[in-house]
Amino acid sequence: MMRTNFWQMGGYARFVWPSIGFALCMLLWNVWSARRHYARALLRVRRALAMARSEE
Amino acid sequence: MTEGGSRINMWTWFYKLASPPYAYRTAEALMPWFFAVAAGMIGYGLIDGLVFAPPDYQQGDAFRIIYVHAPSAWLSLFAYSTMAIAGAIALIWRIKVGHAVAAAAAPIGASFTLAALVTGSLWGRPMWGTYWVWDPRLTSELILLFLYFGVISLRQAFEDPVRGDRAAALLGIVGFVNVPIVHFSVYWWNSLHQGGTVMRLGKPEMPGSMLWPLLAMLCGFMCFFGAVLCMRLRGEILGRERQSAWVREAVKA
Amino acid sequence: MSVGVFRAMALILRRELRLSFRRPDQLLQPLVFFLIVTTLFPLALSPLLSLLRDMAPGVLWVAALLSSLLSIESLFKADADDGTLEQLALSGQPLEAIVIAKTLAHWLLSGAALVAISPLVATALAIPAAAFGTMLASLALGTLTLSWLGAIGAGLTVGLRRGSVLLSLIVLPLAMPLLIFGASATDRAIGGENPAGAMLFLAALCLFTCSLAPLAASAALRITLE
Repeated sequence: MMRTNFWQMGGYARFVWPSIGFALCMLLWNVWSARRHYARALLRVRRALAMARSEE
Repeated sequence: MTEGGSRINMWTWFYKLASPPYAYRTAEALMPWFFAVAAGMIGYGLIDGLVFAPPDYQQGDAFRIIYVHAPSAWLSLFAYSTMAIAGAIALIWRIKVGHAVAAAAAPIGASFTLAALVTGSLWGRPMWGTYWVWDPRLTSELILLFLYFGVISLRQAFEDPVRGDRAAALLGIVGFVNVPIVHFSVYWWNSLHQGGTVMRLGKPEMPGSMLWPLLAMLCGFMCFFGAVLCMRLRGEILGRERQSAWVREAVKA
Repeated sequence: MSVGVFRAMALILRRELRLSFRRPDQLLQPLVFFLIVTTLFPLALSPLLSLLRDMAPGVLWVAALLSSLLSIESLFKADADDGTLEQLALSGQPLEAIVIAKTLAHWLLSGAALVAISPLVATALAIPAAAFGTMLASLALGTLTLSWLGAIGAGLTVGLRRGSVLLSLIVLPLAMPLLIFGASATDRAIGGENPAGAMLFLAALCLFTCSLAPLAASAALRITLE
């Protein structure tokens, strides 16, 4: 009983769950985006260093 | 060291962080701790808030949206403040790390603003009967989103990144006027959006069983912001310090 | 022979006005744009006078905002392109004074001109004559504030490729509170209510902007010029 009640959210399920879902997606996007940003920065630095080394 | 022993105070910490390698290493060290606390707080907050907190007398179970909406809105303002203050510090004292912090904070803050608007809209539909209303708080929060886009676009529009950083910092400061407007709008104008329940002088209006998970979510989101800021800050610092010697060592590890 | 600050400002103001009057077609463009945009709304929405009266304040203000944006890009662009801006910055006169003179000139040519023809547009939008006083006052304050917000945006984006779109993106969110109070003041006057509250807010916004914007705009120019 408690279980179904939880998912129904007192009838407001179609507002509550998408909200929670959107917020969680936003959190995940932040982590993914930050990781990608760091990885690309790292790649650029490594490339620049490699080029500098090859020029020596 | 000065005579009479070393005087390590708050400003020592501030000066240290102005150095890019120190800021980079600090960000890397703090990141996992921020993530751990954030995960714990958000986990507890969601479970307690969604399962164990009693339904609201007027709003029923729909009030539970507050557990993601209020922290998102609060962080949208906090992130903008971080961005504006870091930019101001960078402009005034010529501390490049400030620009890196501002650049890192901007997209995070924009995402929180969007989340606040979307979750707020979904909460408004059952409560007020409409997905959107042009009341002062919602409108100024929307303006905040536009301001974020402006700052991000302005920074990227410059070919010279130093100029781009400075211009974006100035714009961030100019737009900072909007932040107190968003926060105080519910006190200055009577409108649909409810007044402050937690951030007031005196006791908050919410009962403890509802309040604790909310405070936990707030704390969790703040730590999450710190964690992601650290993640992005590393990349921003690397981008600005590409020529420096310490970078060579840092990227090998 | 060194020139005093106010004399320098007067000289710059005169120069701006003289240069603009040499190109009368460019002078009229924002005004024509204002007229055209206000015409669009009755065409697209409804020519019914009662409905026009309801949306008139908003239409007036949005049109004023957009035509202000159209002309603000020229505030620094021409001078930046031929190097005059750098000369002015190096002249020894305070950059804030130069910016004030230029922005004032811009407002006289666009904002004040707009205010002057607004009764014409107001009649076309069925605004009652009794509301004209408030409308003119609010538009005068509002266009002045807009000129200053535009000056900050222009200072930040001068010299950028595709700067005009970015300029609008920057200025419009800053101008939204202005829009809200300006339209509200005119709206109240039309409805016969006392517009004093909104007008005071508008005046406060104008004062706030006029005192701080010169600093922001010259800071923006320093960033762009160095």
